[in-house]
Amino acid sequence: MEIAEELAKQQKAISVAEFFEKNRQILGFDSAPRAIITCVKEAVDNSLDACEEAGILPDVFVQIKRIGDYYKIIVEDNGPGIVAEEIPRVFAKMLYGSRFHTLRQSRGQQGIGISAAVLYAQLTSGKPARVTSKIGPDRPAINYELIINTAKNEPEILHEGESDWERPRGTRIELELEGTYVRSRRQSVFGYLKNVAVVNPHARITLVEPDGNIELFERATETAPRKAYAIQPHPAGTELGELIRLLRYTERKRLGVFLRETFSSIGPITTQEICKLANLGAERAPQSLTHEEAKRLLSTFKQIKVKSPPVDCLSPIGEGLIKTGLEKEFKLDFVATAIRPVSVFAGNPFLVEVGLGYGGELDKEGRADILRFANRVPLIYQQGACAITHAAENVPWKNYSCAQPPGNGLPTGPVVLMVHIASTNIPFTSESKDAIADLPEIITETELALKEVGRKLRRYLSRQSVLSERREKEEIIKKLLPRIADKLSEILGEDKPDITLVVAKIMGNLFVKRLYDQKDGFVSVKINLENHGEIIRSFKLHEVLSQEPYSVSLETKSMPIGDNYDCFWKISLKPGEGQQISYDVPSGTKFSETVIEGLESEVVTGARVI
Amino acid sequence: MAKIDVAQEKLMGLARLLYDQFQNGIVPFIALPSRTKNNIEYSVEDDVWIYGGQETLRSVKTIRGAKTILKTVHMAELLIKEHLQNNRGSTLREVYYISENWDVAKFNEQAESDRLIEDLEIVTGLQREDFHIRPEEDGAAIFGPLRIKEQTRRGEREIHCQEDVGEAGYQIPFNVDNIQFLDHDAKIIMAIETGGMYARLIENGFDDDFGALLVHIKGQPARSTRRMIKKLNEKLNLPVVVFTDGDPWSYRIFASIAYGAIKSAHLSDQLVTPSARFLGVQPSDIVDYELSTDRLTDQDIHALRSELTDPRFKTPYWEKQINLQLELKRKAEQQAFAGKGLDYVTKTYLPERLSEMDL
Repeated sequence: MEIAEELAKQQKAISVAEFFEKNRQILGFDSAPRAIITCVKEAVDNSLDACEEAGILPDVFVQIKRIGDYYKIIVEDNGPGIVAEEIPRVFAKMLYGSRFHTLRQSRGQQGIGISAAVLYAQLTSGKPARVTSKIGPDRPAINYELIINTAKNEPEILHEGESDWERPRGTRIELELEGTYVRSRRQSVFGYLKNVAVVNPHARITLVEPDGNIELFERATETAPRKAYAIQPHPAGTELGELIRLLRYTERKRLGVFLRETFSSIGPITTQEICKLANLGAERAPQSLTHEEAKRLLSTFKQIKVKSPPVDCLSPIGEGLIKTGLEKEFKLDFVATAIRPVSVFAGNPFLVEVGLGYGGELDKEGRADILRFANRVPLIYQQGACAITHAAENVPWKNYSCAQPPGNGLPTGPVVLMVHIASTNIPFTSESKDAIADLPEIITETELALKEVGRKLRRYLSRQSVLSERREKEEIIKKLLPRIADKLSEILGEDKPDITLVVAKIMGNLFVKRLYDQKDGFVSVKINLENHGEIIRSFKLHEVLSQEPYSVSLETKSMPIGDNYDCFWKISLKPGEGQQISYDVPSGTKFSETVIEGLESEVVTGARVI
Repeated sequence: MAKIDVAQEKLMGLARLLYDQFQNGIVPFIALPSRTKNNIEYSVEDDVWIYGGQETLRSVKTIRGAKTILKTVHMAELLIKEHLQNNRGSTLREVYYISENWDVAKFNEQAESDRLIEDLEIVTGLQREDFHIRPEEDGAAIFGPLRIKEQTRRGEREIHCQEDVGEAGYQIPFNVDNIQFLDHDAKIIMAIETGGMYARLIENGFDDDFGALLVHIKGQPARSTRRMIKKLNEKLNLPVVVFTDGDPWSYRIFASIAYGAIKSAHLSDQLVTPSARFLGVQPSDIVDYELSTDRLTDQDIHALRSELTDPRFKTPYWEKQINLQLELKRKAEQQAFAGKGLDYVTKTYLPERLSEMDL
């Protein structure tokens, strides 16, 4: 026998399950603390996905118990349940799932996660996964004990039965596995669920920890996120091999119809344009295209402008709920949000939405926290390798009133950043879904969104500093000046000094003061006006008098109102400018308070403002 | 006019000034000379360093300024109504505690109330004693061939500063005006920084052997100590030398005796002894006498550099000594002489230095 033939005997197919058994780090089971987090994450992702598809507000219960050397993880939801015959394959067959072949945003994509958790549990504790599911109030709950036959990648059922369950519908999974339970801040089951709660404010999540401590992440809104619809692939970014496959296996008979039906964002007019440009008849059978012609077709995709993919394949959180989510889990003084329009990378639509929280009880010194999310799933490992982090580090935070270490980086100070990337296909750097790959389109869009919230923060902070200056001045004029004046009059034994002009000067106000001089048979009146502000002030000054004035120094209009005369002057004063108005009235004339029209009441001292 | 009336009138004058500013629509302010080393200048008339023409304004335009003026007004009221009108007094620390009842005008620390009292001295041209404010410490001590008469609250006392005192010497009271010098047998006045060296010189009989009046200044000397040195210098017509550690902080002690302190330059003409001379420890002594030394700390180096830009130290002598020390990167204490034997300082170092200085 030839050596090659000898060697050929040893060649055999490897099942996916066997492959992952040997390479568990790829799926996020590389350390004991992480194993527990990953199992919880896979089960919770599935629960939330199922509830959303069924339009149910999720109520997820997570419990972790210590059993001898092992931990038992229980995750229970109020979702639609899973029909009995599907349960074994959903939980105990790798690469079995409902979402891989559709273009729609969902947490799970490949159908690996939960079966990998089952496999990990089975490998470390030797115990099967116990699954209970109920699909309606009148149906019995179905129980399974399952393991994965790794050689065949097929489920094996150890036990099958029915039972009563108080829930109307839902799914429950119990896994027993080896691991370590940690309760550190970020990379822990608690930290993970807290972040889940930020981006899923419509969900109620309960966590019972091994020591019996109960953490409740309460629902902050009754509005479920918009349901994401499946769409066709977008022509931008489609690759040649993919196009050839689509052409060959389509059931369409004509190229024009094929283009319209297979791709999103292509209508009749675009179809005509493409065919003309590629020099291909719209009537041709798609299967008849040669390799050369397919290539020509693909190049026209890039030449013409195709509109963005429809948004309804994505389910963004929305600015309102981002704000709610951040405010629910952090104590903040200010929240800014931004959502970018839908963009495309390699034919996949995606959008970026961000939130920025400032102040409150956030750490005033350290580096800003950055919460990363992909399709509503928190990313808690490998922050430094992620496109989101890289984009945040590229932003010139100094321009937005934030401290930033030299040579760029995350801002420092009381800032929390939240970035959510929604896509029909998130480009992770590895199957453990820890970090998003550095695609230029994603980095650019994330930067733009962060700059937008940065601008909003800068506006907020500059408004705050104007306010605090105003508050400081108010403290001076309301608290300190009157006390100084009181003390001075006590020391000197005199009447309290008149502080109004000083107040006007400090506040930068318009100062108005009327002086009377009793003469023989008439009163000579002077009104002093001074503009202590830094802008030109134009206004009308009214005097309401019981007698008509005479010897008026400045042209005035006066009109009788009832028994009185309303005299008014139009005046404009530059910064620092003053003016005096004088007039005489017969003795016994009644005055009312001088009135200023056309200015804010807080910038006027010494007159009534209307 | 009685002293007490002058003080009251000056304080009322300050209140009147602020009151009139309000009435005339002037945003109230108090102008003070700025108390930094950049604003002290040499006065040919008195041979001391005093404040220059730079002014800082305390204005009610800012919260800080408004609070300071409110505190000033509170303080003026306390001094007029409690101290002067009732002929009572308080210590600097008591004043700080009294402000507890002043609500927003309360002082945050004693240094703040001390500073404000200095401000009032400057504004009124008076001294804190005129407001009946006492310092805590009763100055330092003197040991040497001198007989004095002190007017105390319990009558007159005649004291000889060797025969009638214990080993610690005669305690300088805070009011030096109450002391009269009767007779003496001294040739020199020596101000000494540390208690250790003061005790060493007494133990070695240096006061008798050299006719020295030893003044223990206890670190940075209090005003009464500086006033006492000045009074001894002027009334007895004796030269003054200052003997301190060899580090930048000690040079500042010497400067406050001989040139005037930045903090109290408004009183320089009453506190400063312009003829006082620096005896040591000089940086050049570290080399000449091979003293045991410590490394200069970062703060020491910073303080030395700052002295190089201090107008009071702008003399060839100090520039040479300070630059030498920066080069050596070492400092020495007075007690370092003990390394050469307990008598070394009185038998060798001091006689040599004094003859170098022609004393």
